Amino acid sequence: MSRATSSPARLIGAHAVLIAYTVIALFPVLLIVMNSFKARNAIFRSPLTPPTPETFDPVGYTTVMAQGDFLLYFQNSLVVTVGSLFFVILFGAMAAFALSEYRFRGNTLTGLYLALGIMIPIRLGTVAILQLMVASGLVNTLTALILVYTAQGLPLCIFILSEFMKTVSDDLKNAGRIDGLSEYRIFFRLVLPLVRPAIATVAVFTMIPIWNDLWFPLILAPSEGTKTVTLGAQIFIGQFVTNWNAVLAALSLAILPVLVLYLIFSRQLIRGITSGAVK
Amino acid sequence: MGSLRIENVQKSFGKVEVLKGIDLAVEDGEFVVFVGPSGCGKSTLLRVIAGLEDATSGKVLIDGVNVVATPPAKRGIAMVFQTYALYPHLTVRDNMGLGLKQAGTPAAEIDKRIGIASSMLSLEPYLKRRPAELSGGQRQRVAIGRAVVREPKLFLFDEPLSNLDAALRVNTRLEIAQLHRRLKATMIYVTHDQVEAMTLADKIVVLNAGKIEQVGAPMELYNNPANEFVAGFIGSPKMNFVDGARLGEAQAKTIGVRPEHLSVSATSGAWKGTVVHAEHLGADTNLYLDCEKAGLVTARIFGVYNAEPGATLYATPDPTKTYRFDAEGRTIR
Repeated sequence: MSRATSSPARLIGAHAVLIAYTVIALFPVLLIVMNSFKARNAIFRSPLTPPTPETFDPVGYTTVMAQGDFLLYFQNSLVVTVGSLFFVILFGAMAAFALSEYRFRGNTLTGLYLALGIMIPIRLGTVAILQLMVASGLVNTLTALILVYTAQGLPLCIFILSEFMKTVSDDLKNAGRIDGLSEYRIFFRLVLPLVRPAIATVAVFTMIPIWNDLWFPLILAPSEGTKTVTLGAQIFIGQFVTNWNAVLAALSLAILPVLVLYLIFSRQLIRGITSGAVK
Repeated sequence: MGSLRIENVQKSFGKVEVLKGIDLAVEDGEFVVFVGPSGCGKSTLLRVIAGLEDATSGKVLIDGVNVVATPPAKRGIAMVFQTYALYPHLTVRDNMGLGLKQAGTPAAEIDKRIGIASSMLSLEPYLKRRPAELSGGQRQRVAIGRAVVREPKLFLFDEPLSNLDAALRVNTRLEIAQLHRRLKATMIYVTHDQVEAMTLADKIVVLNAGKIEQVGAPMELYNNPANEFVAGFIGSPKMNFVDGARLGEAQAKTIGVRPEHLSVSATSGAWKGTVVHAEHLGADTNLYLDCEKAGLVTARIFGVYNAEPGATLYATPDPTKTYRFDAEGRTIR
């Protein structure tokens, strides 16, 4: 930072605000992780103290590992999240390319129709979706979840990506056409790499709600073999007794995979290879 | 080999007519420049020739074959873009070779052609680099090289020098002129810069509002402009236009005199005026005079001429080199 644009007071002020926000954002996460390593009594007696040698107890984790098939739940969550993400990005980017690149009758209308999903929550259609899944025999399959999440993620993806794709140089696409590249090669080889930062943004925004969702797994795929982590953690929450150790341990573990995925995408956010393509 | 004929090409975007019936013939080996103000349709016409835009009606014939339904890659053309449009993920070599590879040319032939083109444009040291590691001038040379290796029937240039700085622009202009002389290929070049048009062209096509105003050799356009628009567009500084009635000319609506055809004297002359501003360029001097009879006119004097703003000067037009235009803007001969 140059000295001309910053004074110590402003620097401290800005950092104070940022640090305060970081603390607020991280506090609940920290609380969960901290308490997941404590004995049940300690969780209730002093929820804000970190685990000490006396209160340390990994019982939550052992319960989670022993009870239920948590490895399978994790696998289900990953399959659903990665699968949905793949289809959202693939179809969303293709639709966005068509909307931004080709002039055709009803282009704006199609764009608006596809963006409608941003405003109308997909959960309003739960009953119809359930009926559809029952009729097509997809209840209690991961396919059902992937289909629903793909539909849920597409509107925002198309909306954001079509704006970004408009910024990709027309000359570049035309150069590809003159060199005889097919529209698919232009899309995959020229346009997609240039909108990679936007795709990473969309991926993060799409991924987190899917990973955290409880609603659709509970309704469409509650069977033992298709439970996701969020649904799996619910077995420890009972009407009368809740095994808080296990709940906290399960939630702590559930943070990890999504954190890894986020780190992968956020690297893309920073890296841009556009420079040098066009002035 | 590469001749081009355009027959009554029209193009509209929705209700906006961009090209209003263009007819044009380009002979094999000619360097043709499309010039005109922005929005006149010159780039659209080039894109119609390239096949990047479909004409609403009309024919485009390359070597006598109507290519209206042929995709760009099969038209035997190559195009150089204003923004270079290099593939960011490919090296210079692969950028130049991609088109040939797509067309199924054998690798040995591709290498040979890249070798020739890169030595022609002195790009050999950069063949392994990516576009991001090149300067603007080098990038544009790669883009030109990419066109050269395809050995097209038609080279299309879409304002290739607009993104370069002034010094590089002159260099690259020279390179394009030499390239044309060496390859003897047919080239079509779009620009809004009339200096580029005058220096490069065998034939200039002046476009305005979707129509061709005049087609001709650079000197022909300079000496015999068909109308007021061409007269004003070709030549720098711009031609002076004076209302005919103010000068007592009965038949002519407007009188035109080029700044270089006005002589200036401190003592006597046809139009008395005061100096508003003087631009000293060394080789010549541009004087802006506010004349009683003719209004604001520009005079271009070769060499150094000392005139302070506010001084009184007399400007006299060369009577053999004045142009007269009728009410529709056409030249009266």
